[in-house]
Amino acid sequence: MSARDICIEAQAQSLAPRELAAPPSVAVAMSGGVDSSTVAAILHERGENIVGLTMQLWNQRRLPGLAPEGPVQHRCCSADDVYDARRVAEHLGVPFYVVNFEREFELTVIRPFVNNYLEGQTPIPCTLCNNHVKFDQLLLTARRIGAERIATGHYARIRRNPDSDRYELLRARDESKDQSYFLFGLTQEQLSRASFPLGELTKPEVREIARRLLVPVAEKPESQEICFVPSGNYVRFIEGYLQEQGSGLPENPGEIVSTSGEVLGRHNGLHQYTVGQRRGLGIFAGRPVYVVALDRARNRLVVGDDPELRASACEVRDVNWIPFACPGDPVEAMVRIRNRHEPAPAVVTALDSTRALVHFREPQRAITPGQAAVFYSGEQVLGGGWISPF
Amino acid sequence: MRAYLDYNATTPVDPQVLAAMLPFLAENFGNASSIHSLGQAARAAVDRARESVAALIGAKPSEIVFTSGGTESDNLAIFGVVSSSAASRRHIISTAIEHHAVLHSCQALAKQGIAVTFVPVGASGIVNPDDIQRALRPETILISVMHSNNELGSLQPIKEVGRIAAEADIYFHCDAVQSAAKLPLDVTSLGVDLLSVSAHKIYGPKGVGALYVRAGTPLEPQFHGGHHERDRRPGTENVPGIAGLGKAAELARDNLAADASRIAALRDRLEESLLASIPSVRVSGDRARRLPNTTNLTFAGAGGEALLIALDFQGIACSTGAACSSGAVEPSHVLIAAGLSPDEARSSLRFSLGRPTTTEEIEYAIAVIPAVVERLRAISPNSPAMVTAR
Repeated sequence: MSARDICIEAQAQSLAPRELAAPPSVAVAMSGGVDSSTVAAILHERGENIVGLTMQLWNQRRLPGLAPEGPVQHRCCSADDVYDARRVAEHLGVPFYVVNFEREFELTVIRPFVNNYLEGQTPIPCTLCNNHVKFDQLLLTARRIGAERIATGHYARIRRNPDSDRYELLRARDESKDQSYFLFGLTQEQLSRASFPLGELTKPEVREIARRLLVPVAEKPESQEICFVPSGNYVRFIEGYLQEQGSGLPENPGEIVSTSGEVLGRHNGLHQYTVGQRRGLGIFAGRPVYVVALDRARNRLVVGDDPELRASACEVRDVNWIPFACPGDPVEAMVRIRNRHEPAPAVVTALDSTRALVHFREPQRAITPGQAAVFYSGEQVLGGGWISPF
Repeated sequence: MRAYLDYNATTPVDPQVLAAMLPFLAENFGNASSIHSLGQAARAAVDRARESVAALIGAKPSEIVFTSGGTESDNLAIFGVVSSSAASRRHIISTAIEHHAVLHSCQALAKQGIAVTFVPVGASGIVNPDDIQRALRPETILISVMHSNNELGSLQPIKEVGRIAAEADIYFHCDAVQSAAKLPLDVTSLGVDLLSVSAHKIYGPKGVGALYVRAGTPLEPQFHGGHHERDRRPGTENVPGIAGLGKAAELARDNLAADASRIAALRDRLEESLLASIPSVRVSGDRARRLPNTTNLTFAGAGGEALLIALDFQGIACSTGAACSSGAVEPSHVLIAAGLSPDEARSSLRFSLGRPTTTEEIEYAIAVIPAVVERLRAISPNSPAMVTAR
């Protein structure tokens, strides 16, 4: 065969119309990591018509001064992660698109994240992203494309209770991977359209499935950091972002005081500290001291020893109840006040439809405004809310 | 059924173009700079292509420089003129709706200390020559205005700007990538000194283009490495690509008049049908002074990105905005410049027709698009709905 014939044959093949993809029934939120890639592979193997969607959330070039040295990996929307997601979709032969939510992410995640720190709180951007981007904007786009549901790589479980006619959120079977803490804000509508295929699996099982299905990212290491904060340095991110926005830097030095009001030193801006922090305070007290509170009204950092870090109650706002509507009576629950916190027994009393009081049986260490208090009963998530400043 | 309506993005290689390229890939593989007969055959092909491209735009063959495409042509024109001119001439004028190849080149020069004026456009998407006149400074060295806009199709007043440039003795570059093969181009009557064209927009291959450089126009080469293209663009000639561009230019000249009227009729049929059958649809840009093949429509409340993906599942290919590095869509700077809000810009789709477009494709698009838009609009951010069957 002459070169010319080969070329003409190749041309004929490339002109053959590719089969139209069937309309999708499920959209898979693909980050390029092993978990969401495996979700896509599992659903595809089951014969579901899926579409892969990767969210473009943040443009790293906006704050070039924050770029870490060396190759950029596991960064929000890094070209490498989008490339990985696309490679997985190509491997599976499923339709795939990158969708732009930079504007929504900035409005509903980045700005509240920065403002929360400036207000002396310690926010959880992953939960904001779940509530306002992933299970809101991305779900909307998925539905507009024709997919009724969105599947993610979260480790948690959802089931419908036919008696109450409500959707329930449960911890993952693999307790060490459980991400239900970050999902407490999902509404009934959102839960009805969400699917967590990894909820019954352990991480080793997920890697095993990824290997069996030849998922190209099966051996990719895990990322633990906040996706848009390079090197985990959130202080530099906040300062870089404020500078880009033309606002003044939040460097607003003030006093470090003891719980009794004794001045012990100076701080460089409250946004650099979080409740429970011990290192980097730059004061010598002769004994271990911890950040006990961030007093924004007086721009003071309050420090104390371990017992002073403990409290028995907190108020939570924007409360979301899951297996039942806002309860009239106090509810016994195990309450988790940060992601890796061992849930502690407490009584949760709804104050109104969006606020509640949490009374712990035993004082808890470092209850931190801006973090979430999530109420559990056994493996069920009853609900949760954001811890208000004291 | 499929309908490819994205010819402003790229076009298929015409079979006659492919036939003209094939001999130079394998059989006639000579280097056009070689002295032997194999090299002479390649040289002859390049020379023939140069004559053909020159004839398409009314230039002399010696005024044609082959490049790697439209982007390189734009870069070579802008950087080539600025870096070969006196240090005192440090101002260039362009418009707010240029292609990124021109826009980003100007911005790169601005970083080097060159003053740049981007003249705005109104809702017509057409620059006012008086605004160019007013932007002139004694130190202005170059004006760069596109012949037609790639997103709106709006035609720019090149002859008028050419007169202004000639009177002020300023070099005038015109990015005609989107107009070639769609409209007659004559460098003399347009009054341009430099003009960019690209092969893959005119049924030629990707990776090859040309820059017209009027005799006597100083142009500093931007690559270094040889005496090719009369010392203006070193590098071994892309002989198959150049042969393809030459054939594509020849076909463009032969087909231009017939293509333009047939395609305009199909475009008008598509546009008028969609305007009549879908509520709240708007055409952006001047509807009279535009390319015969392009229409840019805003579907308020439908979300352009989701609409584009939903149409892709129906086999209809069109475009919205410009793809960023990850493949996500950024709101179009052109639509923003034409006065659309960011939301409107995000809800806009460009349909661009081409020589292979059939009546059947247009009728298919007319049949499918209204129902898809209606479905997307029904799924609004404010109307969540539960799924009960799982």
